Amino acid sequence: MTKKNFFSRYKYLSKVILLALLFTSFTGNAADGKLIATAGLIQVEGSGGGGLVPWATIAGYDSQEQISLSAVSSMVSLDDYRLNVLGLTASFYDRVEVGLTQQRFDLKTLGGEIKQNIISMKYRLYGDVVYSDWPQLSVGMQYKSLQDKAVAELVGADKSDHGTDFYLAMTKVHLGAIAGYNALWNVTLRASKANEMGLLGFGGVNNDDYQIMTEASVGLLMSRHLALGVEYRQKPDNLGLKEADWYDYFVSYIPNKNFNITLAWAELGKIAGSDKQSGLYLSINGQLR
Amino acid sequence: MQHLFKIVYCFLALSLTACSTNQQSTTLYQELGGEEKVAEIVENFISEIEFNADIYHYFKDSDIGRFREKLNEHLCFLTNGPCQYSGDSMVDVHTGMNITERDFNLGVDLFINAMTKANVPHPVQNKVLNVMAKTRKEIIYL
Repeated sequence: MTKKNFFSRYKYLSKVILLALLFTSFTGNAADGKLIATAGLIQVEGSGGGGLVPWATIAGYDSQEQISLSAVSSMVSLDDYRLNVLGLTASFYDRVEVGLTQQRFDLKTLGGEIKQNIISMKYRLYGDVVYSDWPQLSVGMQYKSLQDKAVAELVGADKSDHGTDFYLAMTKVHLGAIAGYNALWNVTLRASKANEMGLLGFGGVNNDDYQIMTEASVGLLMSRHLALGVEYRQKPDNLGLKEADWYDYFVSYIPNKNFNITLAWAELGKIAGSDKQSGLYLSINGQLR
Repeated sequence: MQHLFKIVYCFLALSLTACSTNQQSTTLYQELGGEEKVAEIVENFISEIEFNADIYHYFKDSDIGRFREKLNEHLCFLTNGPCQYSGDSMVDVHTGMNITERDFNLGVDLFINAMTKANVPHPVQNKVLNVMAKTRKEIIYL
């Protein structure tokens, strides 16, 4: 696809999603079967979660009787790169979640961009994040199809076409746990070969096997509409480029169940030879039904 | 990784301080504001129910006077107040109503509205929700 062609397509997609987001403000019959601020967000690979880490939560406010559909638009603006994420996520009966996501990684200083499409799925095995005695437990996968392979090949990725991550996540909200405020924690174990989420391909000179990565999030709900939190995501260093673990510190505003906006500071460390990549993360989630 | 431990440590430290302040002899019932505040919440909750078509149908055959009395008692009992709950068990009350997860959560939303209208502070609301949440499995899908 030529660059011009791609951009016009992207513009079209973003228009659709923006319209959809706008529409959510007027929708009356959206899924509403969870406590506000306990449905979580949609992370950068399109799975229900925080910002960087997939959680056990099923995206959207569907309960066991409902279906929900959410759109997400996120951006991480780093010193030398910018990540744009657009996605749609459908959730069925608070049991299964399916997401279609496109990442565009803009190489601001080097020029050019890397596009990756992700199909994600999650299945809730056990529990309710708020009400069950034990944490909500889910398994998930993210199938990543790298569209622009040149950079992955240049840095020596073992595979540059596609790869799949698998994860097990557990998440719990404790009502009134910290001085009366609701607290949330999440731990995710991810089996992955991906370099920088797959944007730099899969596997490399150091390692081309699956490795188990630990990811974690903690959050505090300051009110029904405001959440603060921190996330950590361990990353492999398959390419020998000193790929760094990721952190973010987030504030989410959740005015109602159909809309939320998150602002975060992301510290993503060394990416493809550029040191200390950090910057603002902005994410908007809209629930369409 | 060290960074992460620091964060988790702070989080734990925070929750421990929270625990130690909770060890005072005041009950959640007292923190909430006692009999008067519980009665106000129950009144607000009843009017929230009356104005919500999705929930009202569960109550259309019930004796509101009895519901008021028993909910006051139950809330007092659950928050460690000086009351005994003399009503039927949660399971007996809700059997046959087939309350869905969605409607249960709507009920919780209405109860939160009732507390907010009674000016119950956010942290106290959460503590009340926490003791009530334990009855959920005795309420839904029966």
